[in-house]
Amino acid sequence: MTVVAWIPMLPLLGFLVLIATPLFSDRPLPPKLVAAIGVGSVGLAAILTAFLAATQFAGNPAAELNLSLWQWFSVDGLQLDFGFHLDWLTLVMLSVVTGVGFLIHLYSTGYMRDDAGYQRYFAYLNLFVCAMLLLVLADNLVLLYLGWEGVGLCSYLLIGFWYRDPANGAAARKAFVVTRIGDTAMVIGLFLLFTEFATLDIGELISALSTVQANDPRVTLAALLLLGGAVGKSAQLPLQTWLPDAMAGPTPVSALIHAATMVTAGVYLIARMHPLFALSDMAMSAVAIVGALTLLLAGCSALVQSDIKRVLAYSTISQIGYMFLALGVGAWSGAIFHLMTHAFFKALLFLAAGSVILGLHHEQDIFRMGGLRRKIPFTFFCFLIGCACLAALPFTSGFYSKDRILLSAWDFYHGFNGIWLAGVLGALVTGFYSFRLLFLVFFGREGEASSHCRDANNTAMVLPLGMLAVLALLGGLLAPPLQSVFGAAGAGHPPLWVEAIAVAAPLAGIAMAWWACLYNDPARGEQSALGRFWYSGWGFDRLYDTLLVKPFTTLARLNRNDVIDRLYSGTAAASRQLHGLVSVSQNGQVRWYIATLAVGTVLFLALLVVL
Amino acid sequence: MPIESIPALHTGLSLAAVLFCLGLAGLLVRRNIIFMLMCVEICTNAAALAFVVAGAHWSDADGQVMFVFVITLAAAEVAIALALVLQFYRRRYTVDIDQLNALRG
Repeated sequence: MTVVAWIPMLPLLGFLVLIATPLFSDRPLPPKLVAAIGVGSVGLAAILTAFLAATQFAGNPAAELNLSLWQWFSVDGLQLDFGFHLDWLTLVMLSVVTGVGFLIHLYSTGYMRDDAGYQRYFAYLNLFVCAMLLLVLADNLVLLYLGWEGVGLCSYLLIGFWYRDPANGAAARKAFVVTRIGDTAMVIGLFLLFTEFATLDIGELISALSTVQANDPRVTLAALLLLGGAVGKSAQLPLQTWLPDAMAGPTPVSALIHAATMVTAGVYLIARMHPLFALSDMAMSAVAIVGALTLLLAGCSALVQSDIKRVLAYSTISQIGYMFLALGVGAWSGAIFHLMTHAFFKALLFLAAGSVILGLHHEQDIFRMGGLRRKIPFTFFCFLIGCACLAALPFTSGFYSKDRILLSAWDFYHGFNGIWLAGVLGALVTGFYSFRLLFLVFFGREGEASSHCRDANNTAMVLPLGMLAVLALLGGLLAPPLQSVFGAAGAGHPPLWVEAIAVAAPLAGIAMAWWACLYNDPARGEQSALGRFWYSGWGFDRLYDTLLVKPFTTLARLNRNDVIDRLYSGTAAASRQLHGLVSVSQNGQVRWYIATLAVGTVLFLALLVVL
Repeated sequence: MPIESIPALHTGLSLAAVLFCLGLAGLLVRRNIIFMLMCVEICTNAAALAFVVAGAHWSDADGQVMFVFVITLAAAEVAIALALVLQFYRRRYTVDIDQLNALRG
């Protein structure tokens, strides 16, 4: 089934063409051609995915496809194929990556129209899509890791896309280094899995796991190490600090990489390896607790941000926290469902935010906006739909997925529990911050920046916004049949009041946002000590700065002159001094040499005679 | 061992030692390279005399063979040394060995 192989191949070809043509000609490709290659390759991949879904998967929940392209390497017992594995989980990810990816590529042609790095931009974006597709298609963990690092590289390149501003370069490096911490944990986890099971093929690993006893400490350790990798890539506690800074990149990049696809790779990894996690109670609780804490922390930070993109960044962290929470309570398909709907509505929100930013001539401060709903009505409607989904208002896609997660959390612990409570509180906070954003930007008095607002949307931007709005609204109907991957979920029946609370929480949040932003001075909460603490992301940046960065730079500064090197340079200096003493005897006087020779000979002979 | 040959060995070797010491002293004292070369000749000839005396004492032809070698060596040495001295003189207009100290440490 070579159609599968072409799906990641097309974006790769697009990348190669876009990156290689400047090597052979001085003239840049015409922007129309760049757009055609960049968007076309991903568009074709999306069509192939749709074709595959229609022919192989439609109406067949147990469908699976395996494709081994070639042997990748074979070293002393470790034999790896460059192989793909397709099931419904992969198909959902494929559709999200190629579908949402295509729409965002299309939007980018409008958004980046006047940028000097147009061709470079699409080359990176295509490489990203290729790496992400490899990640989700891989049938072994090493190939998955290749894609994993590939998306990390593209994320770095695109955060620092406008590299002339040093702050963007710093943000890019921060993202790369922080995720690298998680990646290291993940690699160690892979080593551990290989020593335990002598294979890294996902299918073989999962069948090998069926013979392992539950709560085996080695399995727990491997699961926790994989969780470390997922935490880094998905910006969860304690490695969440890179994502808000990653907003330095172009807005469509934030939509594609730092909201819809790459940051959910951690969720995919855990879902893909779910039999491993299910074997360990400790790993499961760790996943759930990480998710619950992250969604509350990031939600509170999103409440007080003033940059439109940072609000969305914190909300992304918070929503991925929901997915982790779902994974931690065994609601695998719920997590993937939320991943899918989140990709729709968060991409929509970011793209709409991009239209706002472009319309206001690159103004991102929401306190300088306001009253924009009459000036850019289309963007307003898109944003409204996005916020409604994010807040999980009834009958939007976010409602169905989030509701499922909350019910699973209730079921998993058989009743009231902290994880469920965190989810409900998070839903309240989500309603608050999403509608605070909406009210501040589109309602109320006009801000300083609002007066010279223009409608920046062109056809290439309207179309993706419209399609994503439809997907975000109706995505709840597209619940993928994942029973064949995850097994059938036991249907719990929590009391009615539990469901009522889940519905009421976001509404309460919206009411609070309405009260806080439209009836009071919206900036008041941000001035308080707690507000400033939340604004700084719970002081994590400062904490890591004092704990890790400062001691390191101090050590580096101390060692600037190489303390260890002193030993060696000291030895060299001492021997030079000694040589100086001896070289005094080399005075260039031949008669002196003869005399020493004669005296030496006499002494030597005398020694011979005496001894 | 014939009794009358002992003084001959003694006197011969003593003469060689005295000659050698004279040569060495000259080598240490003189600064003129020509004279130093002559002193070296004296030293080598002292050694050659010691060979001849010892060879005569033990009635062995090796002493005379070594003498011929030493004479040949001295001749070769003088040929090279005089050429060097000539070069040195042409460059520096002096034959003072103490001026020849460019290789001091």
